[in-house]
Amino acid sequence: MDLTIHTTVLPHDDPDASLAFYRDVLGFEVRSDVGQGKMRWITVGPAGRAGTSILLAPPAADPGITEDERRTIAEMMAKGTYGWILLATPDLDGTFEKVQARDAEVVQEPTEQPYGVRDCAFRDPAGNLVRIQELR
Amino acid sequence: MCHPSWGRARAAAQRLSDFARLRRVRDRIDREHARPLDVEALARGADMPAGHLGRLFRLAYGMSPYAYLTARRVERATVLLLHGDLAVDEVRRAVGCPSPAVFAARFTELAGTEPGAYRAAHRTAAEPSRNEEAPAVAPHLA
Repeated sequence: MDLTIHTTVLPHDDPDASLAFYRDVLGFEVRSDVGQGKMRWITVGPAGRAGTSILLAPPAADPGITEDERRTIAEMMAKGTYGWILLATPDLDGTFEKVQARDAEVVQEPTEQPYGVRDCAFRDPAGNLVRIQELR
Repeated sequence: MCHPSWGRARAAAQRLSDFARLRRVRDRIDREHARPLDVEALARGADMPAGHLGRLFRLAYGMSPYAYLTARRVERATVLLLHGDLAVDEVRRAVGCPSPAVFAARFTELAGTEPGAYRAAHRTAAEPSRNEEAPAVAPHLA
């Protein structure tokens, strides 16, 4: 088998706000943007590295999800306990400074973790946790 | 004219907006737990009365803001005790816990043993495995 990890999905609740965060704050390129209103599927990823993408998608779009489940997902997103992702960079401090300068919500300043990584964390506009670790 | 579903939609929207405010309070605790921070300061930052914040936070996260703040401090203290050279009282101050008595009590409650004993127990192994050195409080990944 020859598999790569190609696209991971994060929910949005305001597509324009999420797009602005991933494109303008994190500097990702926009690879596709389909749908309209709240039902938009936006693919973003690091410029020059087409092999991995994040798909920003409306949550609970699957028609098999019940109203109760839909409400729970929306509440977990608002609480910040639903989606999260791990990114990485060789320049953690520079990245942190740049992202912080764009008024992103900081959850954790660069910190040495006991499990052997140094990382920081931000909150995206939809409540997803974006953790960034240092490549070393 | 007021359709019942409008009221429900308004209540649901209010709930989501409350949760988003609580998320910012919790993120602030995560971000600033090592600094002087108390529930009054958190409530001021969130622009709501402390009692109201406490009730909402407990509803959303299952514990009071104070309990969450202390848990984060204890979690960080376990890391510093295992990986640093700070004395126990220096660890307490480094994680932002103003009271030695409260620190000892909450640490013991959450980590199962008092701070000095925790360090001694976990540092006796020459090369602790990843499992053994995992803090009693789960790593705060998500």
